[in-house]
Amino acid sequence: MTITVNRRPAEHVEGETVGDLLKRMKYSFPLVVVKIDGRVIAKSAFSSTPIEDGSSVDVIHLTSGG
Amino acid sequence: MALARAGVGRLVVVDFDNVEESNLNRQYYFLDQVGRPKLECLRENIERAVRGCQVDMVDMKLERGSMFRPFGDVDVVVEALDRASTKAAFIEEVMLRLPEKPIVAASGVAGIGASERIVYSRYGKLHLIEDPEARSSDDDVLLAPKVCLFAHYQANVVLEILLEVNG
Repeated sequence: MTITVNRRPAEHVEGETVGDLLKRMKYSFPLVVVKIDGRVIAKSAFSSTPIEDGSSVDVIHLTSGG
Repeated sequence: MALARAGVGRLVVVDFDNVEESNLNRQYYFLDQVGRPKLECLRENIERAVRGCQVDMVDMKLERGSMFRPFGDVDVVVEALDRASTKAAFIEEVMLRLPEKPIVAASGVAGIGASERIVYSRYGKLHLIEDPEARSSDDDVLLAPKVCLFAHYQANVVLEILLEVNG
């Protein structure tokens, strides 16, 4: 029961959503783009999108400045 | 400016802001342009620098739900925003609404030195240039050397994509 988060293995938790995973990984909330198996997940769907076992999740962090 | 100099024939530039003196430590404007719209000044500067680059100006503030609209007919989208939250919203929206469109984004442009930390990663259509250890611009300086390093790195990736798209 594992998933991949930013190319590293992590435990798969049954029923966990994108929002839960971000909290578990301690990733800061508003500043990320999330892709699951290459599919972009809208921020508005973070709390309703479950992470399936075996998923590959990219959490792309963005830092202010320009 | 780098894209225009490299021969890109059309740029669609979206902005709503005026040039401020605080931009001059890193952005391609001049003292006598302070207070004028950035769009107009950028076009003027490009026209002074090179021939043959059409600059289409879109005077709008990017708001969630409509930020992808100006980019429907471009080959590549370049993210050059300031706030991390706007960057995230913009990238998410472009990738969801224009899924076939390559987007080149930057993150972590604040600070001095540590140029060797800058890395390029690709996530499908998203090309990200980032310094993963950089501090937010709320806590660190924004200065021409590093900001322009990122901007030119982005422009270099754009050229690569354009050559792939148009052969």
